[in-house]
Amino acid sequence: MEIDTGDTAWILTATALVLMMTPALAFFYGGMVRKKNILSTLNLSVITMGLISIQWVVVGYTLAFGSDIGGIVGGLDYLGLTGVGAVPNADYAPTIPHLAFAAYQMMFAIITPALITGAFVERVRFKGFLVFTLLWATLVYDPVAHWVWGMGGILRSMGALDFAGGAVVHITAGFSALAFARVIGTRKGYGKVSIEPSNIPYTILGAGLLWMGWFGFNGGSALGANGLAVNAVVTTNTAAAASGLVWMFLSWRDNKPSVLGIVTGMVVGLVAITPAAGFVTPMAAIVIGGVAAPISYYAIKFRQKSSLDESLDVWACHGMGGLWGALATGLFATKTVNEAGADGLFYGNPNQFIIQAVSVVIVVIFSMLVTYGLATVINKTIGLRVNHNEEEVGLDISEHGERAYT
Amino acid sequence: MTKKIEAIIREEKLNDVKEALRNIGIVGMNVIEVKGHGRQGGISLAGRTGTYMVDMLPKLQVNIVLSDHNVERTVKTIIEAAKTGGTGDGIIFIYPVEDVIRISSGERGHDALMYPGDIDSVPRNGKNTVPAK
Repeated sequence: MEIDTGDTAWILTATALVLMMTPALAFFYGGMVRKKNILSTLNLSVITMGLISIQWVVVGYTLAFGSDIGGIVGGLDYLGLTGVGAVPNADYAPTIPHLAFAAYQMMFAIITPALITGAFVERVRFKGFLVFTLLWATLVYDPVAHWVWGMGGILRSMGALDFAGGAVVHITAGFSALAFARVIGTRKGYGKVSIEPSNIPYTILGAGLLWMGWFGFNGGSALGANGLAVNAVVTTNTAAAASGLVWMFLSWRDNKPSVLGIVTGMVVGLVAITPAAGFVTPMAAIVIGGVAAPISYYAIKFRQKSSLDESLDVWACHGMGGLWGALATGLFATKTVNEAGADGLFYGNPNQFIIQAVSVVIVVIFSMLVTYGLATVINKTIGLRVNHNEEEVGLDISEHGERAYT
Repeated sequence: MTKKIEAIIREEKLNDVKEALRNIGIVGMNVIEVKGHGRQGGISLAGRTGTYMVDMLPKLQVNIVLSDHNVERTVKTIIEAAKTGGTGDGIIFIYPVEDVIRISSGERGHDALMYPGDIDSVPRNGKNTVPAK
C-alpha cells in the first residue's frame, strides 16, 4: 500500500469542504427561525463541531470502523484513534493515510446530528440537547455507519449501496427528527400565530455553501482524486440543479416562485443524490433530483397538515429525500459508472432495488425507535425543553444570555 | 389649539406622502416603523411550499404636530398621497396636544411650531406664503 499524494490532497480538501457544511447548515437553519432564537439555532450546529469531534476521536471512529462485532458495531481497537496514523487502511482507503480517512469520516459524524436540530429549534433545552446529541451519535450514527460502511457490517454484507450517506446521514437524521419532534411537542403558539423566518438571506447563504461543500461530501466519498470523484461531483451538481428548478415550478404553481423554496429544493436534490452519486450517470441524476423535489415538497405539506411541529422539515427534506435517493440507487445504479458498485433495476437487476428497500426499512425503524427512547428518557430526567417563559423570551437570552442584534 | 396627526400608511407610500406634505408647507415630521393589521387581518406570503399567512405587516406611522386650522387640509393631502383604494391603505388618528416645547430655545405652544415657511407660519385664513417649486 503506497500513499498517493493526489488522493491524499483531495481527501484533505474534501474534509475541509465537509466541515464547512456544518456552519453552512447553521446559517441555512438560522435564517428560518425568529430573531430571538437565531444564535441558539446557529449554535446547535456549531457546538456539534466541538462535541462530536471529541466523541469521534475518543470512541466514535472505532465504533463505526473498528473490527467488526457480529455485523452490528465496530470493536474498540481504534479507541482514541490508537494505531490510526499515516499507514493506509487497506479495507477502507488503500491510497491515503488511515488518519485521513478517519478525519474525513469525522466530518460526516459531525453534520448528521446537526441536521436533526431543525426539528426542535426555538424550544429545546440546551443541556438536554447536548446529552441527546452525544448519546445519539454513539447509539445511532456510529452503529449505522458500521452497518453500511464498516467491513462486516450487516447492510454492507447484504450488498446495500450508499455512496456518501443517504441512509447513514440523511435517513437517520430525517427520521430521528420526526421521532424527536413527537416527544418535544409543538412550539408555543404553533398553528395560531404566524412564525416567520427572520433572515431568508442567511438561509440562501447557507444553501449555497452547502452545495459547494457537497462536492467534498460526495466527491470525496470516492476516496481518491479520480474519475469516480468527478462523476460524483457532476451528478451532485446536476441533481441539485434539477431539484431546485422543479421546486421553483411547484411553488410557482401554488403561489409565486419562493426563493426559500428554490434553495430548499436545491438542498433536497443534494440529499437525494448522496447515496447514488458514485453509482449513477448525470442523466439519471436529473431524474433523481427532479423527482426528489415533489416528494419533499408534498411531504412538507403533509407534515404541515398533521399536528407535528417538526419545525424546519428535516424529515421531509432529509428523511424523504434520503429515502428516495436510496431507492433510486437501486433503480439507476450501473456498473458502467462504478465497477465496484452494482446494476440497479433499470439495468436488469431488480434484486438491488429490494436490497436498497430492505436496508432503508431497517435504518428507518432503528433510528426512530432509538431516538424516541433517548428523547423520552432525557425529557423525563434532564428535561428536553425550556419553560413557557423562557420560550417566549427566546432561547438567545434565556439559554445563552446573549442577543444577536442590538 | 394644537393637534397631532398620526397617520399609519403603507411603507411604499412614504415618499409620495412626504412630497405631498412638503408641497403644502409641512416642514417637520417624524416616522416610526410599526407592525400591525387592520380589518384585512394579514396577507399570505410565498414560503417553502405555497403560501403562509402573515398577520403583522410592516407599516409606517407618520407623526405631525400642527395648528388646529391646518388639520383638515393636511389630512386630505395625506389621504390623496397614501390611497390606493385597496385594503391595507392605513388609518389616521388625530389627538389634541397639551403643549409643545422646543428643546433648543425653550419656546412653548404655537411659537414652538413656527418655522419660516412652515404651514403654521401662515396665519389663520391667510394666504400660503410657501413658494411653489
